[in-house]
Amino acid sequence: MSEDLRIGVWVCECGGNISDVVEVPSVADQLEPEVAYVHRERYLCSSPSVEAIKAAVEEHKLDRVVLACCTPNMHTETFRSNLEQAGINSALLEIVNVREQCSWVHKEDHEGATLKTLDLIRGAIARIKESSPLESKVMEVSPEVLVIGAGVAGITTSLRLAEFGMKVHLVEKRPSIGGHMIQYPKVFPTLDCSQCILTPKMASINQSRNIDLLTYAEIKEVSGVPGDFDVKVWLKPRGVDVEACIGCGDCTRVCPISVPSEFNEGLSPRKAAYIPFPQAVPSVATIDMDHCIKCNSCVNACPPKCINLDDPGKEVELNVGAIVLATGFELYDIGSLAQYGYGKYQNVVTSLEMERILDVNGPTGSMIINPKTGETAKSVSFVLCAGSRDTEVGKAHCSRVCCLYALKQAQLIRDRGIDVWIHYIDIRAPGRRYEEFYAATQDKGVMFVKGKVTEIVPEGDRVLVRGEDMMINRMVENPADLVVLCPPIVTTEETLKLAEMLRVPVDEDQFVLERHPKLDPLATKRDGVFAAGAVIGPKDIQSTTAEAEGAAMKVVNFLSGERMIEPNKAYLAHSDLCDGCGECVDVCPENAIRLVGGKPVINEIMCSGCGACIPACPQNALDQQGLTDAQLKAQIRGLLESSTAEVKILAFVERAVAYTAVDLAGLARLSYPSSIRIIPLPSLARLKLEHLLHAFAYGADGIMLLEAPEHEGPYGSAHVVSEERADDYKWELEDYDVDSVRLWFSRVYVPDWRKLELVFNTFHNMIEDEGPVEDEVREVLKEKLG
Amino acid sequence: MSNGTSELYFTFRPENAALKAKIEELSGENIDLCFQCGACSSSCPLTSEMDLLPSTVIRYAQLGMEEVLGSKTPWICITCFNCEIRCPRGIDIANVMEAIREMVLRTKYDKFTLDELTPEELRELPQIALISNQRKLTA
Repeated sequence: MSEDLRIGVWVCECGGNISDVVEVPSVADQLEPEVAYVHRERYLCSSPSVEAIKAAVEEHKLDRVVLACCTPNMHTETFRSNLEQAGINSALLEIVNVREQCSWVHKEDHEGATLKTLDLIRGAIARIKESSPLESKVMEVSPEVLVIGAGVAGITTSLRLAEFGMKVHLVEKRPSIGGHMIQYPKVFPTLDCSQCILTPKMASINQSRNIDLLTYAEIKEVSGVPGDFDVKVWLKPRGVDVEACIGCGDCTRVCPISVPSEFNEGLSPRKAAYIPFPQAVPSVATIDMDHCIKCNSCVNACPPKCINLDDPGKEVELNVGAIVLATGFELYDIGSLAQYGYGKYQNVVTSLEMERILDVNGPTGSMIINPKTGETAKSVSFVLCAGSRDTEVGKAHCSRVCCLYALKQAQLIRDRGIDVWIHYIDIRAPGRRYEEFYAATQDKGVMFVKGKVTEIVPEGDRVLVRGEDMMINRMVENPADLVVLCPPIVTTEETLKLAEMLRVPVDEDQFVLERHPKLDPLATKRDGVFAAGAVIGPKDIQSTTAEAEGAAMKVVNFLSGERMIEPNKAYLAHSDLCDGCGECVDVCPENAIRLVGGKPVINEIMCSGCGACIPACPQNALDQQGLTDAQLKAQIRGLLESSTAEVKILAFVERAVAYTAVDLAGLARLSYPSSIRIIPLPSLARLKLEHLLHAFAYGADGIMLLEAPEHEGPYGSAHVVSEERADDYKWELEDYDVDSVRLWFSRVYVPDWRKLELVFNTFHNMIEDEGPVEDEVREVLKEKLG
Repeated sequence: MSNGTSELYFTFRPENAALKAKIEELSGENIDLCFQCGACSSSCPLTSEMDLLPSTVIRYAQLGMEEVLGSKTPWICITCFNCEIRCPRGIDIANVMEAIREMVLRTKYDKFTLDELTPEELRELPQIALISNQRKLTA
């Protein structure tokens, strides 16, 4: 069938940039008999030329187009959209880079550059004969969103999405929304009232028609795919009809059971029938079923009769397009580090407990009293980095906000005339107005001691805080009535469970891994799942809010308009060959493959098109749209078979990062041998041993694999696999009498583009010394490959 | 010290607070603002002659440590104001040095007496040096 194809080839001269080195007329003449139409153009990218291409396609009834010009990074979109108008599908257009990777880098080698141009175009022609048209698909998405966690991050994201008109399901594990922020009396660096700025937002959540608030609830199960998640939410038995409760508190007054209040960090009691704090949203009671003795006092006292002590709980099913993780943080269990004496000495509290002590509605009514002993404190010492920045015990990371909240608490305490000491390793105040806040704290006479606290020991009713004052090289030992520990901020148990459920990876520090730590920090590794706030690392309220707003935008972006599925996906090409071994499932860096009935089902939305699964299949049952084995092999063969070059080196180059570096080498007019012929690939993980054997069989003397660094570029996760495979391939090549030195693997960083000159020259020289692959070896390979 | 570790550990006590307050009062400086960047020490032309670096003097003063009164450093200080110009927290360190000298001199301690100079020295030393030394170093 390929004989009937009408292929048109254009060779651009680029105003001499190409034609000063490459004998363009000779290239065109030689191609003339091989295709339906060949044309040379002075500037292929100019508007008249683009129009001329369209006209020629029509006039000569062309059905496939090959353009030999500059790098596809320049004009691909222009050519594509214009050719679409002329009825040429994007998959039936090949762009051959003969400027950056040919004329510009082989200036002194006109003959070699001309030969290479011809080879590259012949490779593209061979490949395009195997191509078929491909269409992007429009993805169906649910317009609803699930936000998990209703602290300041979840509240902000939900409000933004609701304002945008999206339906939001906001799920919170506690009886009220507000998160940790509602526990703080004042916030740094402005010392404004935390509850005053958060309460109105909480009220808006309650009032928004677009927000479905589910408190005292947890996520039980998530299934489905990005854009169409099915979520089961478990509403824990709370014994109160949320719709009917009027929040009068009569149940609380009659309840005979007292348990430690979570809101007050256990420093004061609450009832088993309770509203956690006065501004709670929803303003309804909760019966703590773990402690309720079912005395029925509350049932009898309740004016609207909305209490049911036999509440079994309820499961709710949701269908959402996107999920936002906003599950926040908790403090590290500092009691596990004995040197700080938490849990052992009553004078030692955590920073969260101190927040509650400083609150007018807290356990001490904001008096600086040790709530555990009732004694008034005259001196307070802060221990920063209690368990942080420690690779041996506790946590290795810096929790980022402890310095600032310690400064805040120190100011609030110092304002009452109490002596305050802060023991620190470094004071880290990198935020707007933060350094000034530090200076203001010093100005109030808070004392600072540089040096990590080693231990806290009892002395009478007080404790002694021991550490070094590194400024004077002396050990110091200061007595304190209250010691405030600032433990590491860590991810929550629930977050880890959710991450597993959502198949979202976490990093070494156990915080949720960003899709890209710099360029895509609010997306997780899974499509349709976003994150904001401390769930992706400790941070202050400003940054959390900014992230929450950003996450809302990410969701809008993900769910609005048309979500296109690119036609570059892996697929099960030979179902009959597949024996259901599951190798593809294990290797997929996107977790896009599942076995259903013993056969892989590749999720089109999750599949990135990296191709890593295809070589993993022992049965050769998988293939990739737009990059089929047939296309790849045809290109390899077309590029090499009829070439008359003396040394032929095939370089497979990762398309995004490494290819850009090679282009930059061209832009800088570096010089390397014309033996190097490049085939770009999304990730080198796509390559099978068979492809390499194919290349050696049809003329390659050496093969270079130039891969992007791990986790960089759009298919970053696949780049890990490619290096392992390259190592294996080297040794497997020996089985076919091809010396392993003929295969080279390097990772290419964009800024390293200058080194490419040396890399290409070195490998060329190596291969030249090695000599061509013997004809017998090639013949045997051809036979084996069929 | 109750547990007998006073040799090993420094503990901030009321007398330290009193000494610190005195230095602040005499110098008119808020020495709590110092965050120990060391700019004063590295700006000082005379550290080679000092027993404590100027930044350490400030730290001792913050902690009200009596040792600061026995230091050579305030006497070596020639009040060139380099430290004060470079202090990022705006502390006039020379004022603190002056305050410490003042406190020592108030104990009737003279750092400089004319009697100790030989007639040759008296002849050769510039008048201005003798006068300023008398002003600065005697009670």
